[in-house]
Amino acid sequence: MLRAIYDWVDERLDITPIWRDVADHEVPEHVNPAHHFSAFIYCFGGLTFFVVVIQILSGMFLALYYVPDIVNAHPSVSYLQNELAMGAIVRGMHHWGASVAIVMLFLHTLRVFFTGSYKHPREFNWIVGMLIFLVMIGLGFTGYLLPWDNKAYFATKVGVEIAASVPFVGKYIATFLQGGDIVGAVTLERFFALHVFFLPALLFMLLAVHFILIRRQGISGPL
Amino acid sequence: MAHNPEGNRKQVHYVGDSRVRADRPKLYPPDYSEFPGKTEAFIPDFLLKEWMVAAVFLVGFMTLVMSELPPLGEKADPTNTSFLPVPDWYFLFLYQLLKYKWASGPYVVIGTVILPGIAGAALLLAPWLDRSKERRPHKRPVATGLMIVTIIAICALTWAAEAEHEKQLESAPGRKPKEAKVIAADERGYQLYKQSACIKCHGDQLQGVNGPHLIGVGNKPGMSAEKIIEIMNNGRGMMPAGMFQGSKEDQKVLAEWLMKQKQK
Repeated sequence: MLRAIYDWVDERLDITPIWRDVADHEVPEHVNPAHHFSAFIYCFGGLTFFVVVIQILSGMFLALYYVPDIVNAHPSVSYLQNELAMGAIVRGMHHWGASVAIVMLFLHTLRVFFTGSYKHPREFNWIVGMLIFLVMIGLGFTGYLLPWDNKAYFATKVGVEIAASVPFVGKYIATFLQGGDIVGAVTLERFFALHVFFLPALLFMLLAVHFILIRRQGISGPL
Repeated sequence: MAHNPEGNRKQVHYVGDSRVRADRPKLYPPDYSEFPGKTEAFIPDFLLKEWMVAAVFLVGFMTLVMSELPPLGEKADPTNTSFLPVPDWYFLFLYQLLKYKWASGPYVVIGTVILPGIAGAALLLAPWLDRSKERRPHKRPVATGLMIVTIIAICALTWAAEAEHEKQLESAPGRKPKEAKVIAADERGYQLYKQSACIKCHGDQLQGVNGPHLIGVGNKPGMSAEKIIEIMNNGRGMMPAGMFQGSKEDQKVLAEWLMKQKQK
């Protein structure tokens, strides 16, 4: 039965080559932690992606209850943390996952750097990786404001002030981030939109390019 | 069934074929037969191992999540002037940079643009700055050395920022509790308090005059009677040492009375 359904779809869409390409590509011994324990350093990239998946899933569930306005943001976070079944776990996964994602991303970057994997012909993927790093930092910065507690508010205020001190473009950056002259109602809306729509969209595109390039070029050889 | 009336199951006939031509050479990744060793297929052999690594990781991660509740402070109050701002930990090193004289005030552009700009650009352009064919870290000492120095600098700056923030938190007076009434005002501790020099700076109602208020001092994290006696004897910040002149027993009574000040 399943076989028949598969054949029916495959006959029309020719999907076999797509998944066979993913399934059959060979993974070399030097990145396989089952053969060399030290190869666990090659897992950092995959684990970063794993944390990103955790972030996406926990974030989707947080969005069921979170209200992005200055009156309700804090009460809604407080509600989902203190009253909702498993709310503290889901928020905990998102909160700690943010830090763990940065750590894993940092470790993955260091692995690529110290193994010289960014060299010819993989320069372009290194650039894409750096852009992913920037987007993740942006996600961290925008997400920090959303609980709308004192810590979030004043950290964002300081962050915007620092951005405003950049010569020439500083005041434009500050206006863009704040959506006005102060860190206030519009800033929260804006950070929410950036955190939930703009930056994740950018992240998905960059991740797609990152992974396609890895499949094209393969993992760098052993040292 | 107009598209395939003969029931030809082998081939799909597209009308106006816009697909990539089949004879175009595909860009296959290099196979690893050139590397001696045990290569294996991604699915299912290698993926199972990756899942095992992920499972171990997930156990550690969920342990962290379940042991530490995510913090949620009080609702943002823009009029709160005593709140000490602190960015998330991974921005601390940049934040700390701006506290040094050579990267703040008139030189703030060094801390906000020049140093992060140089580091960021160097990282982004690493493949073109480090062009040798060599990949081993010890065969390219400049790149490796610079990265290690940068990592050490980031760790040191983060450490310094964290230490400074802890120190500021300790000496900050904190938010004045709403309930400002002195607790246990009929006890001997309050008499001792009023008789000694404390009252001059901390005020007759603990409200703070020249010094910080002591309302709710018993709630402060890390505060204890022993700690208060130590502060009385050694002073702290602006407070000079040896401010309490009475006997050891009286000092203990006073410190324990101060610990009762747990106004919310």
